[in-house]
Amino acid sequence: MVLASVNDTFVVVIAAAAVLYGTPLLFAALGELLAERSGVLNLGVEGMMLVGAVMGFWAVQRLDVADGVSLAGALAVAAVAGAAMALIHAFLVITLRANQIVSGLALTIFAGAAGLSSYLGNDLNLSGSPAEHAFSGLDIAGLGDLAVLGPILFDQSALVYLSWLLVLVIGVYLARTRPGLNVRAVGESPASADAMGIDVTAYRYTHTLLGGALAGIGGACFSLQITPQWVGGLTGGAGWIAVALVIFAFWRPDLCLVGAYLFGAFSALPSTLQARGWLTSIPSEVFSSLPYVMTVLVLVAVSSGAARRRLGAPAALGVPYVREER
Amino acid sequence: MRFERRLDQPRWLAVAVPVGSIAVGFALMAVVLLATGHAPGPTYRRLLDSAFFGDGALSATLVSCTPLVFTGLAAAAAFRMRLYNIGGEGQFYWGAIAGVGIALYLGDRGVHSTPAYIAATAVAGAAAGAAWAAIPALLRAFAHTNEIITSLMLNYVAGLVLTYLIIDSHSYWRDLESFEGQTFPLGKMIPEEAKWPSASLDAFGGIVLPLGFGIGAALAVVMWLVYARTRFGFELQVIGDSPRSARFAGMRLRRKVVAVMCVSGAVAGLGGASFEADFAYQLDPTGLQTSFYGYMGIVVAALARYNPLAVVPVGFLLGGLVNAGFTLQGADFPSGLVGVMQGLILFCALAGEVLLRYRLRIGRTAPRAVDPQAEAAT
Repeated sequence: MVLASVNDTFVVVIAAAAVLYGTPLLFAALGELLAERSGVLNLGVEGMMLVGAVMGFWAVQRLDVADGVSLAGALAVAAVAGAAMALIHAFLVITLRANQIVSGLALTIFAGAAGLSSYLGNDLNLSGSPAEHAFSGLDIAGLGDLAVLGPILFDQSALVYLSWLLVLVIGVYLARTRPGLNVRAVGESPASADAMGIDVTAYRYTHTLLGGALAGIGGACFSLQITPQWVGGLTGGAGWIAVALVIFAFWRPDLCLVGAYLFGAFSALPSTLQARGWLTSIPSEVFSSLPYVMTVLVLVAVSSGAARRRLGAPAALGVPYVREER
Repeated sequence: MRFERRLDQPRWLAVAVPVGSIAVGFALMAVVLLATGHAPGPTYRRLLDSAFFGDGALSATLVSCTPLVFTGLAAAAAFRMRLYNIGGEGQFYWGAIAGVGIALYLGDRGVHSTPAYIAATAVAGAAAGAAWAAIPALLRAFAHTNEIITSLMLNYVAGLVLTYLIIDSHSYWRDLESFEGQTFPLGKMIPEEAKWPSASLDAFGGIVLPLGFGIGAALAVVMWLVYARTRFGFELQVIGDSPRSARFAGMRLRRKVVAVMCVSGAVAGLGGASFEADFAYQLDPTGLQTSFYGYMGIVVAALARYNPLAVVPVGFLLGGLVNAGFTLQGADFPSGLVGVMQGLILFCALAGEVLLRYRLRIGRTAPRAVDPQAEAAT
């Protein structure tokens, strides 16, 4: 019981919640990182997350099987839904060479809070009921009660452990494997990559779609764990924060993890304070605006001064590759 | 299939692409409707009826169209210079807050002259929008911060300010006196004299033309003149196309960035003030935040190919869609349909843009003529 009381302290609760709220950001940011490393800027993350969230939730309501199977199926559905959204963007910007910024915005409008996700949510009659199955803490090896580290590291859901694995895999992939090296070549200098015999189009398509799949899973984190039900626009700008996170992380997967938990902490702050009845004299909107305000401040810090040369940004980010015009 | 760069852009294509985009957007939407078990025919008929052909439909469409003209102009002003201000939403909110605020203040001071109210609400709305846009503008100009993300994040902050003013506090904007206001959080009504007048036309069975629409249309002409006929407009075009050449030519990039962002914010803010003084008359955080006028402005601007003059008709068409979305909400009209459709139309416009820049060649061998109809439909 002594241990449990340490784990009830504000710092530990916030840290555990930061991991919870940071996980969707981490998935989405890792996905965006893959797309951007191949040279494709996708601003449709928010839309892809929402469609992933609604389709994942739909799957979990329809798949009447054991918890684990149903949730795994839901994640797969969410990933496919996110990738399907990314395919629209990929076709427009890779094959048709459309403006990547406008196309990404169009994707967010198409799929976002007032678009396809809300259409599907209503049409499939999803709002108003809680999830049949939801992700919850796994309490690994009974260590969940361990002082301080227990709730933060050992009592998280499978989604969290999956995201850690993903950070590792993507880090190794980009830094240590041949295809990973090719992705970076495609993002830095598609013309040289093309001359080396790398299929620029195929690499860009694959990584944009992977990015969409991860954004879809990120969205499902909301509808299958955090909320856990379907509410229109439930991501509340998390997709945009994820886009900012990639810049903040200098396009590195390990720093994405740090950034995601930092912003996760800001997102967790309002509800945690409210639950304790602390600082009630300050309007709750002040705390709710923290994730957004901090995103702006962090971006300012990262984009000025020493980091001004866009440290780590792929050189060909946002530039369509046209073989005839290189 | 190959693309070949066009040497000149045919003028007719510049009109055919947006029109074709809307047509193809409708066709794709029909597929979505069919796939989800709705009949497209009746849905479209009801949509067109409540948007354009039914009783009073045109007046209602003008109500939805007026804010879109402003936010569309705001987005067009900035996007034209490749300055991606997607903070139109938040700047619109601030215009509404300031417009209502000044109208309430003048009301308390006992002002009765409507022209004074019109001037005050318009100036306050524009100033507030410009001030909110100045934050991403200054950050972009002096700290090289990506304006897309900063301006977007500030939308959420502005939305929280709205919620705070009406729902979470006893602010100056909140109605604490009337019976409804005491039972439910509501915004204070602006004085009767502060409401902007409207003109009635007898055409098409009577149309109410709000003052805001007139201001928006006039603004579109002014903006077109500035962009197409002045040195300032020319410099913006150069900066948009090639910032490097602009710098070498001695153009002041930072000033232009701040100026254009603030103009864009001012137009969006004016839209917010017009929305309040023309139609809403009280600050309604939920209504404002679920209308997405700011984001739709981007759709309008992109479809208008960032041409201010084209913003007005495009705004009118999309305003019809929005109006239909409002009036038809219910069992057989799926919600979210309007957003999906706008997205589809925008995708088609983006794809069509390619046809403006490139010629499509099918097959590897010698170039052959491509049927322009088929080209527009791709």
